Amino acid sequence: MSLAKRIIPCLDVDNGRVVKGVQFVDIRDAGNPVEVARRYDEEGADEITFLDITASSDDRETIVHVVEEVANEVFIPLTVGGGIRTVDDVRRMLNAGADKVAINTAAVFDPEFVREASDKVGSQCIVVAIDAKKVSGEGELLRWEIFTHGGRKPTGLDAIAWAEKMVAFGAGEILLTSMDRDGTKIGFDLALTRAISDAVSVPVIASGGVGNLDHLADGVIEGRADAVLAASIFHFAEYTIQEAKLHMAGRGIEMRISDRYV
Amino acid sequence: MSSTVVVVDYGMGNLRSVSKALEHVVSDGQRVIVSSSADEIAEAERIVFPGQGAARDCMEQLKQGQLDEAVLRAATDKPFLGICMGMQVLMAHSEENQGVECMDLYAGDVRAFADEALSSQMQGLKIPHMGWNQVAHRQAHPLWQDISDGSRFYFVHSYYVDPDDTALTAGTTEYGIDFVSVIARENVFAAQFHPEKSAHDGLQLLKNFCHWNGQV
Repeated sequence: MSLAKRIIPCLDVDNGRVVKGVQFVDIRDAGNPVEVARRYDEEGADEITFLDITASSDDRETIVHVVEEVANEVFIPLTVGGGIRTVDDVRRMLNAGADKVAINTAAVFDPEFVREASDKVGSQCIVVAIDAKKVSGEGELLRWEIFTHGGRKPTGLDAIAWAEKMVAFGAGEILLTSMDRDGTKIGFDLALTRAISDAVSVPVIASGGVGNLDHLADGVIEGRADAVLAASIFHFAEYTIQEAKLHMAGRGIEMRISDRYV
Repeated sequence: MSSTVVVVDYGMGNLRSVSKALEHVVSDGQRVIVSSSADEIAEAERIVFPGQGAARDCMEQLKQGQLDEAVLRAATDKPFLGICMGMQVLMAHSEENQGVECMDLYAGDVRAFADEALSSQMQGLKIPHMGWNQVAHRQAHPLWQDISDGSRFYFVHSYYVDPDDTALTAGTTEYGIDFVSVIARENVFAAQFHPEKSAHDGLQLLKNFCHWNGQV
């Protein structure tokens, strides 16, 4: 008996609709967030993450309503990220029914924001999302840097040092995305995942690159992630969450499995 | 005769999930209200006492709203469900925030997973304890009805209760150590996990609570 590793389907939401970017360029529509969330709950998802990619700040209010609607009928943990810049944004999401908020770009520009937010609402509600890209060349010691703006802008920040700093500032969890792998379906950057997971005391969610069920298991076994996040393999019904869990359990990973799920 | 399930609002965190989950499972004739009124707590049929955040803030908020006495009184005379921090502050004392005096309904401490003394057992385990873990039943209890022994519930916490009286223990969970994840005595049932976020089994527990007559 012990803590189960988590599977977290991620819904990218643009103006209230679920979409999934392939390397943030080619975007397809995969449906209504409430419907999708309910289906994932029925399949046994351990949590659901919404990333709001709405460009216009005028339309940001849409995600608040999405979270409210989902929280009214889906009783598993919900995380919301994207455009979270102030403590008011954090509170608004939590009040709408989110359990955690993911802070990404705002943390890079103002690390104190993470400290302030975790002081106000507690570390358990604060996820820091880290988008990292490998910057070391062939034969060099592995090194990753933090990128912003969907992986386009380098910041010069070392990913491991940054993750440690964010935890010291009050992050209760790290959502780690490999920008090299995102959308590629060739698997997580396992060396990156392991380096971050070993460096920090809080749970790490691996993200970016899942193409099959072994990738999920590898993220936990080799990457030492506490949770794995994926979008397209679930959105397009290539696999159900339950299939993914059974596969991971088959590789010896503790999972939350119930015959209630489909 | 009021038939309200009162979710105690003392300014610590979001109560929407708790109240929505309760609304999902209450019987006809039962009403869920979120309240910070001592009168409404006194008149309620049953009380849900949630909470998140730090122990010191929780106690300060409770005292500021003069709700600590109303909550303690409710804990002696009607079905009472504590959740997460709402379980921890029922103890005498918490180690959080360099030590906080709590409500002292039960003798015992709230302790940190990060305690030096546990470092060998907690090695390699992340803190907070976050995610779905199993709860072993340690008491037969009406609130366990239709919930299998060892079912998984959603946890997120860095501290755990350590009651002096082991007879309080109604459920235990393993995370490096075997800790007390549920306490129960008479009309009080309190859980470290979040039933409102624990899918089917969590809703079942809330439903059991809404039907419970407060007797063991």
